[in-house]
Amino acid sequence: MADLSINFAGIKSPNPFWIASGPPSNTAYQCHRAFEAGWGGVVWKTIGDPIVNVASRYSALNLGGQRMVGFNNIELISDRSPETNFREIKECKDRWPNHAVIASLMVDTRERWHEFVKRSADCGADGIELNFGCPHGMCERGMGSAVGQNPDVAETIVGWVMEAAEIPVIVKLTPNITNVVYAARAAKRAGADAISLINTINSITNVNLDTLTPEPYVRGLSSHGGYCGPAVKPIALNMVQSCAADPEVNLPISGIGGIGNWRDAAEFIALGSLSLQVCTAVMHYGFRIVEDMNEGLSDYLDSKGYKSVADFSGAAVKSLSDWKYLDLHYKRVARIDYDKCIGCNLCYIACEDGAHQCIDLVDSAPYGLGPGRVPGKPVPKVREEDCVGCNLCSIVCPVDDCITMVEIDTGRDKMSWDDYQTRLAQGQMEPIPAHP
Amino acid sequence: MPIQPLLDAETAARNMAEKEPRYAPQEALIEANRCLFCFDAPCIMACPTGIDIPSFIKKIANHNLTGSARTILTANVLGASCARVCPTEVLCEGACVVLDLEGDPVKIGRLQRYATDYVFDRHIDVLHAPAKKNGKKVAILGAGPAGLGCAAELAQLGYEVTVFDKKKAGGGLNTYGIAYYKMRPEVSLDEVKMIERLGVKFQYGVEIGKDISVADLEKNYDAIFLGLGLGGANRLGIPGEDLPEVVDALDFIEWIHTKPLHEVPVGRRVAVLGCGNTAIDAVTQSKRLGAEVATIIYRRGEDDMPAYEFEYELAKNDGATFHFHTIPTEVLAENGHVKALRLAKTEVRDGKVQVVPGSEWVEEFDLVLKAVGQEKQTNVFTRLFPSLKLDRKGRVEHNPETMETSVPKLFVGGDCANGGREVVNAVAEGKKAARGINAMLTKQKVEGPIQPSRHGAKNGNTGSGFDHPIRVPELLAAMAQ
Repeated sequence: MADLSINFAGIKSPNPFWIASGPPSNTAYQCHRAFEAGWGGVVWKTIGDPIVNVASRYSALNLGGQRMVGFNNIELISDRSPETNFREIKECKDRWPNHAVIASLMVDTRERWHEFVKRSADCGADGIELNFGCPHGMCERGMGSAVGQNPDVAETIVGWVMEAAEIPVIVKLTPNITNVVYAARAAKRAGADAISLINTINSITNVNLDTLTPEPYVRGLSSHGGYCGPAVKPIALNMVQSCAADPEVNLPISGIGGIGNWRDAAEFIALGSLSLQVCTAVMHYGFRIVEDMNEGLSDYLDSKGYKSVADFSGAAVKSLSDWKYLDLHYKRVARIDYDKCIGCNLCYIACEDGAHQCIDLVDSAPYGLGPGRVPGKPVPKVREEDCVGCNLCSIVCPVDDCITMVEIDTGRDKMSWDDYQTRLAQGQMEPIPAHP
Repeated sequence: MPIQPLLDAETAARNMAEKEPRYAPQEALIEANRCLFCFDAPCIMACPTGIDIPSFIKKIANHNLTGSARTILTANVLGASCARVCPTEVLCEGACVVLDLEGDPVKIGRLQRYATDYVFDRHIDVLHAPAKKNGKKVAILGAGPAGLGCAAELAQLGYEVTVFDKKKAGGGLNTYGIAYYKMRPEVSLDEVKMIERLGVKFQYGVEIGKDISVADLEKNYDAIFLGLGLGGANRLGIPGEDLPEVVDALDFIEWIHTKPLHEVPVGRRVAVLGCGNTAIDAVTQSKRLGAEVATIIYRRGEDDMPAYEFEYELAKNDGATFHFHTIPTEVLAENGHVKALRLAKTEVRDGKVQVVPGSEWVEEFDLVLKAVGQEKQTNVFTRLFPSLKLDRKGRVEHNPETMETSVPKLFVGGDCANGGREVVNAVAEGKKAARGINAMLTKQKVEGPIQPSRHGAKNGNTGSGFDHPIRVPELLAAMAQ
């Protein structure tokens, strides 16, 4: 059995699954339920000076019958008093000493930061997460993403925190920035122990076409909400990997953004995360989803021979490189398995209208009756000599393993764009002819 | 004993409730989202009227129900009734690729009903006829599906169209001859009203050759469409056939559509002769109206019956019983009313169904419904149009592209042309005939399907004048070198 426990920058957790700072981590009651369900840690709903919330607060992007593909919120940090929050953190820690409870903080002045950092340690929190990412409300008051979007400001504030910190400090990064790596480097320079990302993305999920006001609706107005949920996972993975691959950052990463099951979690770990934070999926289905996460990750690590989460963390980071190092001489083409093809012709029209016109609809005769049960219906056929290997047809195909991308041996050595430029400059080859 | 109604109003209504009620909005969305939006989808090819099914389903998923109904009704003006009566299992849904993928096709019929109900409920007209008519007049004989299909299409092309029918209302078998639990007559009557709003005139209670002469029609109209369908049930040719309780199954179904359900007389023991889809409709509705026993009597075996498999299943679930390889030889009477049938077993000898000697028995029945096929109206047609050519099976000979007959200016469609097929075939043929009539009167040529692929692949060059460079053979050859 793989060891799921982690030591994240000094924060010990029985497994890498933490409740992210948000509505599910608002109270000791929820924290207790989360631990009972099997979560390894809880990042408390951000504690700061008292705020007032609005009704309503959330909205969602639904797609093709699937609810909450994307989700946004305009809820602010905790609307409970710091006293209540710190007291409840202590109660949780007392009851769950081996689980991780991390205090998420957001205040403004140096003095307030010092005070809140100390109070966090005093109540027994295992670590502190600095909320530099909240993109709504708080940023208008110079906090949240207003800090995270300016690496110099972030560096200064992390510096204040580190002056007082006795427990590990995680800096939570906003994705609403041109290059998140600069913010991560600022955290590193200021002495932070770890980073977590991504916070939510500025968003409007949809417009009500009757009222012409989006949700979440607040008496005639809405506001730009923070976007999260399954739809943001690719953005989060990109940013996690970018930070993991950057030699200057070199900090433990807590991955956040659209994680809903063990596979998502494994992808985040592979790209450099050590702990994982989940909010939206819990808001959708409750704490119970962690059972599959623990089981699935454990089985996966066993099946691949990894001894622990740390052993696996970052295993895929190096599988990404700059485009200029990709092999221009690699060729793959689409192959259709006519035993599986159901004859929807989505591959044909995707290639024809949306890509590179390399699939023809042809008489089904050479393939027997062909796909589907309508005799005479034309079947899609890939012209392999023209296929650019773009993957589109295999992506749109609704049948698993029906269209596979097959590697073709071109007999040519690897040549990257960099190599190509060098060979051209040295007169070793003629320019590759332009595509017709 | 004469037969009587058997059920109270409430029970009758419950038994005859719609087999497949309308989808709730969320049900429709879930079902619509199962559609893969195939390109040049097989379901379109399987639909005789060529409805662009993926497009109308996509529009349901996108909350564009008026647009969805427009897609349906432009291809098939009787899309609302076809949604209920089409044998979708063997047409669109039988071709659905999701059937291959999941073992259960997208419920195209029910989605089609959902979209068309939306516009009919709200009196939204998605079809329009030009305000300025083209000055040409067409007479349509028969207000059944073929006639309506032809009339609606011509009206939209600017023709002045008059439909003649001897019944009191339009719709033909859609109004009078569909199992009640599949479709209410109101649906069909609403469709007729929609076609009226396209400017089509309807003259009911008119029998051609009696109330109006063919000569008058030929003089006053630029073209005539013949859509008179089939006649009454075939004769059995056995003693007792003319007893009052030996009834044409379609007449029995018509009672159901013209009387309150609890006033429809039905036997306690009903024999249905034949095993086609009309026989199924008759046997199931007999059961649902209170018959204790309803038995299909069929001279051939289970594997030979013309009824669709799903109809057979329905009848079995309704508690109908089946006598296969059985033939009636005599209807027995008591006091002038049907009392029993003398039945005999059959076997196939020398390729023909023959009575097994000595196998006769008597079984009590008080209502005998004939569903042994409808007569061709051969006599009617030859009386009205003496030079009209019929084929050996009594069907009106016609050009399959234009639906022209051997009589000048006379076009045909529906059961009298195809010998008796589905509603959707009749609509398609009516529409095809409209295209033929328009071609004749505008001196154009017609070819190809009546609803060619709207977005689909066309053969060869699309005519845009642009060739994709990848496909220019010279370039391909150059690249190969």
